[in-house]
Amino acid sequence: MEIKVLGSGCANCKKLLGFAQEAVKEMAIDTEVIYVTDMLEIVAAGLMRTPGLIINGKIKASGRIPPVKEIKEMLAAEK
Amino acid sequence: MFFETIKSFFTALNDILLKMTWLSELFRRLVENVFGLRVSDPFGGSLHFFLYDTVKIFILLSVLIFTVSYIQSFFPPERTRRILGRFNGISANILGALLGTITPFCSCSSIPLFIGFTNAGLPIGVTFSFLISSPLVDLASVLLLASIFNWRIALAYVAVGLILAVVGGSLISRLKLEKYVEPFVFGNRMVQAEESALTFKERVRFGREQVAEIVRKVWLYVLIGVLIGAGIHNYIPADIITAVLGQQNIFSVLIATVVGIPMYADIFGTLPIAEALVGKGVGLGTVLSFMMAVTALSLPSLILLKKVVKTRLLVIFISIIAVGILVIGYLFNAVSFLFL
Repeated sequence: MEIKVLGSGCANCKKLLGFAQEAVKEMAIDTEVIYVTDMLEIVAAGLMRTPGLIINGKIKASGRIPPVKEIKEMLAAEK
Repeated sequence: MFFETIKSFFTALNDILLKMTWLSELFRRLVENVFGLRVSDPFGGSLHFFLYDTVKIFILLSVLIFTVSYIQSFFPPERTRRILGRFNGISANILGALLGTITPFCSCSSIPLFIGFTNAGLPIGVTFSFLISSPLVDLASVLLLASIFNWRIALAYVAVGLILAVVGGSLISRLKLEKYVEPFVFGNRMVQAEESALTFKERVRFGREQVAEIVRKVWLYVLIGVLIGAGIHNYIPADIITAVLGQQNIFSVLIATVVGIPMYADIFGTLPIAEALVGKGVGLGTVLSFMMAVTALSLPSLILLKKVVKTRLLVIFISIIAVGILVIGYLFNAVSFLFL
């Protein structure tokens, strides 16, 4: 599974990164959360609001920080 | 007779919901009867101002952010971009400025947003209209202005804020400054993300999250603002303030603008300062200039913007805004008798 957190490195983005890592750990998924800070890559992914969460190439959240519980549901849906 | 009743009904509604006169009275009793201080004394007065303003701003903030976020959830940047793409010339600038007031985004998203808009073929002038109006005129701040001052001032603020955004953006279009935008911005066409319609529950959740996030982000600025306001309110002698910022000092607007530009605070933090300054007899225009300078231009947002535009365009952008704010300030000072 490919999980990406995208953001400019602001506080919100780091928070989402932490949440995503927590969700991955709690669900014992064997993958690393990729943290993307390159603006071009963020824009190329179709995001206009940061932070963004992309799971398996699909935008799951943009411009908001879903709580850990919600991220786990998103992960479960992608499994 | 009928109209009189309606008018007094709305005045009462305004006093209860926006000005919260009952809250002021409540805290006056607390300060006088419980703490044994007098509101007319400097310390008691400052304490009253601090308590009343802090609680009022946080109540209004929470209610307003929730309502405004709910409305905003209908206008994600993707949709705004699509709407703007259908218009040309000045009407695109006007629409950009209007949509800037209701499209939610935090300043850390301004770069992906700038690239996203430009990449989709929107003229940079339209994007700038959007970027100017967005921090300057947001729905919640307008209602706070109406609460602290009155509706005429709030509406006048919206009008001049939008005009500044439209004129600023149009000027940037007219000057053909595209060459000063970093070339990579125009590069690879981005994927159009699919838009999914939100459910009522998701909009409510968005509103709730926004309230939590914004309150967490601005509470300190609000407290600092209210503290400064309380200090100005009762401790700094009025003649010192009027000497520096008063009507007879022709540099007052200039000083307020220059001091405000590098400051980074939310409009919610500047309002209590503005309120206290107006109370001390500082011109309305001077105070509005200060608020606009603080919110429209700030070091963090300029540093972000520098990543996508060259210094020349950044300097032109700052100059246009600064001159606009100065003109607005002097204009309001000249006609302030219409508003207060």
